[in-house]
Amino acid sequence: MRLHLLALLAKEPAHGYELKQALEQTFGSAYPSPNIGQIYVTLGRLEKDGLVKAVDVEQSNRPNKKVYYLTAKGRDVLTTWVDEPTEGPRVRDEFFMKLVLAPLTGIADRMALISRQRRHYLSLMSDLNDLLVHTPPTDRVATLLIEGAMLHLQADLDWLERCQEDLA
Amino acid sequence: MSTVVKTVNLVKIYQDGAVPVPAVRGVDLQVEPGEFIAIMGPSGSGKSTLIHMLGGLDTRTSGEIWLDGKRADTLSESAWALLRRKKVGFVFQFFNLVANMTVGDNVELPALLAGASPKVARERRESLLGALNLTDRADASPAKLSGGEQQRVALARALANQPSVLLADEPTGNLDSRNTRDVLRLLSEVHKEGQTIVMVTHDARVASLADRVVSLFDGEIVDDGRISRRRTGTAGEVIDLR
Ligand SMILES: Nc1ncnc2c1ncn2[C@@H]1O[C@H](COP(=O)(O)OP(=O)(O)OP(=O)(O)O)[C@@H](O)[C@H]1O
Ligand SMILES: [Mg+2]
Repeated sequence: MRLHLLALLAKEPAHGYELKQALEQTFGSAYPSPNIGQIYVTLGRLEKDGLVKAVDVEQSNRPNKKVYYLTAKGRDVLTTWVDEPTEGPRVRDEFFMKLVLAPLTGIADRMALISRQRRHYLSLMSDLNDLLVHTPPTDRVATLLIEGAMLHLQADLDWLERCQEDLA
Repeated sequence: MSTVVKTVNLVKIYQDGAVPVPAVRGVDLQVEPGEFIAIMGPSGSGKSTLIHMLGGLDTRTSGEIWLDGKRADTLSESAWALLRRKKVGFVFQFFNLVANMTVGDNVELPALLAGASPKVARERRESLLGALNLTDRADASPAKLSGGEQQRVALARALANQPSVLLADEPTGNLDSRNTRDVLRLLSEVHKEGQTIVMVTHDARVASLADRVVSLFDGEIVDDGRISRRRTGTAGEVIDLR
């Protein structure tokens, strides 16, 4: 979450709760609602590393609030992150290890493993479908996230079929 | 209500070549009223062969096929055709629409053939074309449509006579994601209204709408079970952003 917070702070200085709201508003329903405690812990670490600084802002009738802003060092780290190519999600190697190893030991049958995994992927897909149905089409960011997850799942299923053809 | 589709030890061996090809090898399948079943499996595993036999489009080598509690595999070809018109809606893997009829008439025809009144058939046509975003293509000839549009017309046509069972072979094979969404919406709507569906598909989004998934491999059922739904509600558990 470090870099996500840096990116939001590059737009404008903000306090912790505003960052939580900005994440929720930007990613909509597809983002696991960030925990405020986790945000403050992350901000503390960023401050310690010199990537952000905080100023106390007085508020009438309330305790001061800490507003965070990006330092030059923070901006460099953010730029490096954005400029780097990003690793894609990997194939499910854990399942693949089961698929290759379990039959050798006689613990499980490959066909049964594949069938169970297929149903698991389909039930995940069904959850994503529900989620998509309940996401307003105007929420572009959330919609694209869900569609991306669906395409990855489809690839997992196609690959499962390849495993079935070649190994079972 | 009785089981909509039942097969007992269903076998298909193609004998037209030099070597006989066993395409379906002893399939026992039961489909209850209102169930949505997805049939999955690798290419050549016998999915099309199975669904063609269920629709009476291909003859079985041995075994039994029951439709709505009636033994169907022993019927004559013409009796089968009659039964099909009344009880079965079919979407082919390679859609075949009547080329010299408009899109609208293609959709309307099955209901008329099944004995619906012209008024009912027309209403059904309008609502299906509307649901699949095809209203403005109603007067076009099928040849002028894209693959995805033809696929949607084929689905509308198959649903026109409100069949006991909708049999569909890869109905989203030619669709992009936006058109797939229309088809998915229509499928889940008719399913909710009680339409029984047996559908061959590689598309996980389509399959995940089903109640049950049946996996074929080398002409045999290797898995037959329900797709569990967790109903999490919260997206964070489905998509892990980190
Ligand atoms: N008319 C035919 N004559 C001879 N063999 C056939 C015929 N139709 C299909 N087959 C064979 O029967 C087997 C099953 O074919 P089928 O078309 O049912 O597979 P499928 O699961 O639908 O595959 P796909 O996913 O590619 O559509 C294959 O080995 C195929 O070559
Ligand atoms: Mg096929």
